[in-house]
Amino acid sequence: MDFDLSKPQKLLKESAREFLTRQCKPEYVRVLMETETADDAALWKEMADQGWTGIIIPEEFGGLGLGPLEMAVVSEEMGRACLPGPFLATLFGAALIEKAGSQKQKTRYLEAIAAGELKATVAQLENEANWDIEAVKLKAERNNGNYQLSGSKLFVPDSEVADLLICVARNGDGHLLLPVERTAEGLEIKPMLSMDATRKLSEVVFREVSVADADLLGADGDASGALGRAMQVATVALSAEMVGGMQWVLDTTVEYAKTRQQFGRPIGSFQAIQHQCADMLLMTESARSAVYYAAWAVGEDAPGSSTAVSIAKAYCSDAFREVSNRGIQIHGGIGFTWEHDLHLYYKRSKASEVMFGDATFHRERIARAVVD
Amino acid sequence: MDLNLTPNEQKFRDEFREWLGANLPAPWQGSTNSEDRSDYIRYLREWQQKLYLGGWAGISWPQQFGGRGASLMEQAIFQEELARANAPQLIGTIGLSLVGPTIIAMGTDEQKARYLAPILSGEEIWCQGFSEPNAGSDLASLSTKAVRDGDDFVVNGQKIWTSFAQLADWCLQLVRTDTEAPKHKGITCLLVDMRSEGISVRPLRQMSGDSGFNEVFFSNVRIPVSQVLGTVNQGWTTAITALMNERANLGTAAQVVFKRNLEALIDRARTIQRNGSNATKDPIVRQKLAQAHLELEILRLNTNRALTSLTKTGIPGPEGSIQKLYWSEWNQRLQQTAQEILGPFGQLLDFDKGTWQYGYLRSRGNTIEAGTSEIQRNIIAERVLGFPKSY
Repeated sequence: MDFDLSKPQKLLKESAREFLTRQCKPEYVRVLMETETADDAALWKEMADQGWTGIIIPEEFGGLGLGPLEMAVVSEEMGRACLPGPFLATLFGAALIEKAGSQKQKTRYLEAIAAGELKATVAQLENEANWDIEAVKLKAERNNGNYQLSGSKLFVPDSEVADLLICVARNGDGHLLLPVERTAEGLEIKPMLSMDATRKLSEVVFREVSVADADLLGADGDASGALGRAMQVATVALSAEMVGGMQWVLDTTVEYAKTRQQFGRPIGSFQAIQHQCADMLLMTESARSAVYYAAWAVGEDAPGSSTAVSIAKAYCSDAFREVSNRGIQIHGGIGFTWEHDLHLYYKRSKASEVMFGDATFHRERIARAVVD
Repeated sequence: MDLNLTPNEQKFRDEFREWLGANLPAPWQGSTNSEDRSDYIRYLREWQQKLYLGGWAGISWPQQFGGRGASLMEQAIFQEELARANAPQLIGTIGLSLVGPTIIAMGTDEQKARYLAPILSGEEIWCQGFSEPNAGSDLASLSTKAVRDGDDFVVNGQKIWTSFAQLADWCLQLVRTDTEAPKHKGITCLLVDMRSEGISVRPLRQMSGDSGFNEVFFSNVRIPVSQVLGTVNQGWTTAITALMNERANLGTAAQVVFKRNLEALIDRARTIQRNGSNATKDPIVRQKLAQAHLELEILRLNTNRALTSLTKTGIPGPEGSIQKLYWSEWNQRLQQTAQEILGPFGQLLDFDKGTWQYGYLRSRGNTIEAGTSEIQRNIIAERVLGFPKSY
């Protein structure tokens, strides 16, 4: 048994850290979060040059063809840098096209994504804001040999910058996946302003938006398997980002506690501070174990891989919030200011907690596997 | 990264599993907590003898001292298999996991020749005389005194929390031999014959009702100077070697027991009623059981990561402290969850043979024994995070 990253995986992680330290400094995160899309075309191009936009895309479609574990270590570094923009959304979209699309669709979309020329997102949530596919109610009506969408999707990440929106819709008892271009007629995007300004959310309104039969991703009524598997990949990526976020908060807090003086000595000499940091370390490392394992299990298609993903997301959801919370407490007043970067991570932890299902959602999934 | 066992590890597991299948004694039926435990102790000694003859005692020890030179991963597999088979406890566990490796590291050739083989065979049982009433977390402040008199040390004082003392033949004991020196510099480690004149043992009854620990009193006990392990006044080094061996055990055996307990709780929750249906239908119960499951799974993953890291670096680090902190607090949470699910039944001495009330009470000690949670957090803060020593 060997529970450690391989040498190439470690090198990939180091190079991602090095790249993001240079290209995604906190002051740059602040510049991007003040924009409407939190996206920067030049940075996107550079990430594409690194191969990251195609990290999990098979080589035959111009990607790096790497596995979930390689994806996770890059995502971890992105989370550490609090990278703004549509990377995660596009990754989810790419995974979905890869699982559901035809050869022709893969060639069309995945090559463009890998090249950094196409950004994507998945529109799934509705009023109930429930990540279970059964909660999807938006109907795709048949109309002259086309599918027609009318209704609205909520909490869609990065749709203002995504070129392609993959809409999860319902047709009778089954579900289907409809790719819609952002410029399609009848589509309107309304920002849903939220606390984490580094990852924009929108309402997407469909007014008789038409999608040709031939464009459907996968078969009508057959979406749930592909969506479930793509969401596993995206959830691993998000959980890995959360681990990176925790690591940043831990490192920053420990560093601060070693230098901040009160009562004539560093506050890090007090056990009240030390013990909180020890707990933060325990949570961060435990989250990392859970995420690396989930990534490995998804990559190997190991039995119980979906439970492994739920374990990772449930744990990270609680742990990132708690680690950020304690980080601010240890910083004291300065940690509560706009000026300090901690709030970027505090907000990211909250936004990430509820994305792809919170801890309660995933615990129920675990209960179905081990209690029922 | 490959979380499957290697072919060699699999072979090791299969070999031991097969041996266990052929050699495991029938479970002990009598009491384990009565006044006269001599039959039970004989049963446990015979079990260790069997392991020894099969070549399965002290597997971590180097081959030249009768062990197998097993890798860390094999040791973890060994512990897991013992626990999975519900094997009897190892009566010589302190000798096997703590005293033996310390003698191998620090002992003279004579000491190795004299003590190691009987530890393996279970002929001689050891206990560990470290903690004292006034030296718990602050072990180095111990005050049991040994004064040189001719070729002997004369020992006076008291030890406490001494597991197995009531049946031990020998004790690895820390004593103060220099009262003037700084506290870490005046300690000596002795190999003490428990039948020496002047030693008395008193069992210590715990809140859970059983007596796993003892107090040991030393009154003018004469120990020959040849019984020093390591160097006089440098016993702290010996103690650290011993404690490293204790903490290198990452709790792999306990985890199998935890898993069994959680499964038993889930089984119980399937039949116990709550709001007119089985407790497993209750969303709050489901959440708590899922949380217990996911945390236990992460404990297993943390263990495997720590084993990988220890195997690669070869240096026991603070992993043991992280593990100890995690499992002890997890077990308390599990037992609390069990009590919530069982409601008033949880407290009964005869419900499910009293396992839930016992588990609840016994788990209270988990965050105290073998280094309190506070001490573990101190160690993590100091050795991993690089904070200044706070105590």
